[in-house]
Amino acid sequence: MAHAKRRRSIGGFLQKAWVRPALLMIVLVILWDLAIKVFQIPAYQVPSPIDVAVTLYKEWPLLLREAVPTTTATLAGFLLSAAFGIPVAMLIASSKTVESYVYPLLVFSQSIPKVAIAPLFVVWFGFGIFPKVIAAFLLGFFPVVVSAVQGFKSVDPDLMDLARSMEAKKFQTFRMVSLPFATPAIFAGLKVSVTLAVVGAVVGEFVGSNSGIGFLLQRSIGNFELPMMFAALVVLALIGMILFWLVDVVERFAIPWHASQRHDFVVAT
Amino acid sequence: MARPHLRLASEAPVLRSARPIIEMKGVSKTYRTRDGDVPSLKPIDFTITEGEFLVIVGPSGCGKSTLLKMVAGLLPPSTGEIRVEGRTIVKPHSDVGVVFQQPLLLPWRSVLANVMMPVEVKGLDKAHFGKRALDLLDMAGLADFAHKYPWQLSGGMQQRASICRALVHDPKIVLMDEPFGALDAMTREKMNVELQRIQRATGKTVLFITHSIPEAVFLADRVLVMSERPGTIAGVYEVDLDHPRTLDVMADPRFVALTQKIRQHFYAHGGID
Repeated sequence: MAHAKRRRSIGGFLQKAWVRPALLMIVLVILWDLAIKVFQIPAYQVPSPIDVAVTLYKEWPLLLREAVPTTTATLAGFLLSAAFGIPVAMLIASSKTVESYVYPLLVFSQSIPKVAIAPLFVVWFGFGIFPKVIAAFLLGFFPVVVSAVQGFKSVDPDLMDLARSMEAKKFQTFRMVSLPFATPAIFAGLKVSVTLAVVGAVVGEFVGSNSGIGFLLQRSIGNFELPMMFAALVVLALIGMILFWLVDVVERFAIPWHASQRHDFVVAT
Repeated sequence: MARPHLRLASEAPVLRSARPIIEMKGVSKTYRTRDGDVPSLKPIDFTITEGEFLVIVGPSGCGKSTLLKMVAGLLPPSTGEIRVEGRTIVKPHSDVGVVFQQPLLLPWRSVLANVMMPVEVKGLDKAHFGKRALDLLDMAGLADFAHKYPWQLSGGMQQRASICRALVHDPKIVLMDEPFGALDAMTREKMNVELQRIQRATGKTVLFITHSIPEAVFLADRVLVMSERPGTIAGVYEVDLDHPRTLDVMADPRFVALTQKIRQHFYAHGGID
């Protein structure tokens, strides 16, 4: 009896969303450690997980301090890409003319590597937070536009007829039908955007900054401080994960009606 | 068009008058496509009187949905004129409520909020029409589901909610485009009985489109048969069956004879669907 109860509690523990990826993570870290020992990889090429953990622990205050400007730049860039991306998508979806002019150029601009033009922002905006925000914005912008355009365009034409049959005005149709319909797609874009914005901010820090995780990364590579570099990467991944999770929480509040958010299912006849 | 026997036998108040409410004069529709013009509807004329339940039955692609959209003001006719209560229709108007093939309930709104949508859009009095919406939901057997979301309802319940939505702003005319096409046969029969009861109780003028002949005869005061594309009126039949109708009416010799007669139209034209 006690045995069955314990088995159930272990099963319940495994059901928790964070447990499985954490378990896989532990397995991967063990494999990493084993690989270093088996293949005798020197520490200046790949540090051991223990060294990284020690650095994380010892340098935590420094890492946390440097995480602040990176996170700030990421968030600012992300919010900008949402604030500009959604209206641009609305314009593209609502007018064939705008689409034919703007969309191809937008795709074209995406083929330009941001790393290549990031130094330009330093020339224009100096060494402050601006170049980082711009880089984060440029990376985060495109996925928001693409997803939102797709969301606005996939509104059921019958729903539009329904709104029209009620004599709904353009803005009413947008507010009551198109916008809520496109919201799930917009959130899918925002989730991709927020993780890319982290990359953008780091790119900005690579080319011209004296603070942030990106700066720390570059400095530690220059000094061959590999444990420090890996610790910085871990912090970066944590920033991305937390921001992604935040967007996910906002989504759950914004579209509780959507199929992906339904937890209690009621079948009625 | 006098049918005294029907009126005497009916328990519902006499709702029908000879006053025309929808008039079609030489209405046709041709779709412009890249491959040239595709005629969908040949010029047709007919009149629907106030309180009448008119059913249009025809094969797929005979332009019957096009006809309904034109009456709703969603599509302009290529030629001719549609008048509703004497006014020529050029755009959507408030005299109609439309029920589509799919329930088309907004998943982010509760059932009640969905039913209230026309009231919100038109800026009508929320207190007054809110009560009306609840009454309608009650009549449709959905009183307990007012605050549920559409996905928590079965297909039949969703379609009933969409009928409530079409009725909430008290339009004189209800346009229904194969509203029960997606339902299973048993639910469909139940809905037919319900709809007939609701129409009798409210006195609405109904233009109903279907490709089910028994459904057409069961519901209609008058059945309008349409031929294949480009659509024309192949025949018009008065339905001499007493109200209220129950499913037993389907065994009535008059019902059987009329469905047979209508069916012959389609076999002469190469079958339905």
